[in-house]
Amino acid sequence: MKDKPFLHGMKDGLPICLGYISVSFVFGVMCTEFGLPVWAGVLMSMTNLTSAGQFAGLSLIVSGGGLFEIGMTTLIINLRYTLMSLSLSQKVDEKMPTLQRALVSFGNTDEIFAMCMTQDFAITTPYMSGMILVAYIGWALGTGLGATVTSLLPEMLRSALNMAIYGMFIAIILPPARKSRKVLLTVLLAVAVSCLFYYTPVLKMLSRGWVIIISTFLVAGFMAWKFPVKEEIKEEAIEKAGEGHD
Amino acid sequence: MINYGRIIAAIAVMAVVTYLTRMLPMVLLKKRITNTYIKSFLYYVPYVVLSTMTFPEALYSTASLISALVGIGTSLFLGWKGFSLLPVAITSVGAVFLCERILVLIL
Repeated sequence: MKDKPFLHGMKDGLPICLGYISVSFVFGVMCTEFGLPVWAGVLMSMTNLTSAGQFAGLSLIVSGGGLFEIGMTTLIINLRYTLMSLSLSQKVDEKMPTLQRALVSFGNTDEIFAMCMTQDFAITTPYMSGMILVAYIGWALGTGLGATVTSLLPEMLRSALNMAIYGMFIAIILPPARKSRKVLLTVLLAVAVSCLFYYTPVLKMLSRGWVIIISTFLVAGFMAWKFPVKEEIKEEAIEKAGEGHD
Repeated sequence: MINYGRIIAAIAVMAVVTYLTRMLPMVLLKKRITNTYIKSFLYYVPYVVLSTMTFPEALYSTASLISALVGIGTSLFLGWKGFSLLPVAITSVGAVFLCERILVLIL
């Protein structure tokens, strides 16, 4: 396996693929539920390859958000990839050419990042490509399946399925929040800010995309000022991505 | 009516922005960020975003507030116990489904 890095990558990508099929299935279901055609959901999955960003983008498209707002929200939600890409740039083969760096970075999702960072060798282009390919197929396939079978799902099941995405978010947030007081405080502050903008007259006129942006700058800005984190970042990011996702 | 042009434009914007967040650091920056404030800010970002997206919206995501509370409660309990993403999501969906069936019987 070690001498066939592409196959090795495909094998390591399999569990990611299985997890992706289920998550993107829910995304596909939501796309159709919100009235998007099947191809639009699949196109989004094939060009974006990111969970939270796509869910947020979908709800903004549906609620009539502007392109600038959609772009800014995507940027804020996916800013974490910048940090991950930074770490990954230290982990890949030093000789990896710029073009190949540009190619494999398309697939730097939370899960693929976690898988790459926990290997005991320098990440090569064939290895990472194999992993991305398998995960990518799962992500696109799940979206298509979800978007297609939605109309067959009874209303009572669809109401329940709406809880899936929030259940996932909660499952991502809670384990690190339990371990770290800083993360717990971050979560509580963010919920407070979110509720403030949701229930207060006038403030609630702001679309949720902007609330996410404002909340991020307020809470993450405050936390970084009051509770800077130092060397624990890299390890926790890996741990989080590794155990929070499948 | 759905405006397909607008949907495609939105998807394109999202794709480009997402790709840039992943590609630029890999290609441009070969050195690590040393600024503690920026590193810390980026560290907190996912938690703020996910929390903001989840609450209070999750409360109104299902057919009734009660079933939503049951679903959220299930997620919180299992998430706190450290179960991974998929089992938590599936169990929460099941809890909402059961709760709504029971509510239909009672009411």
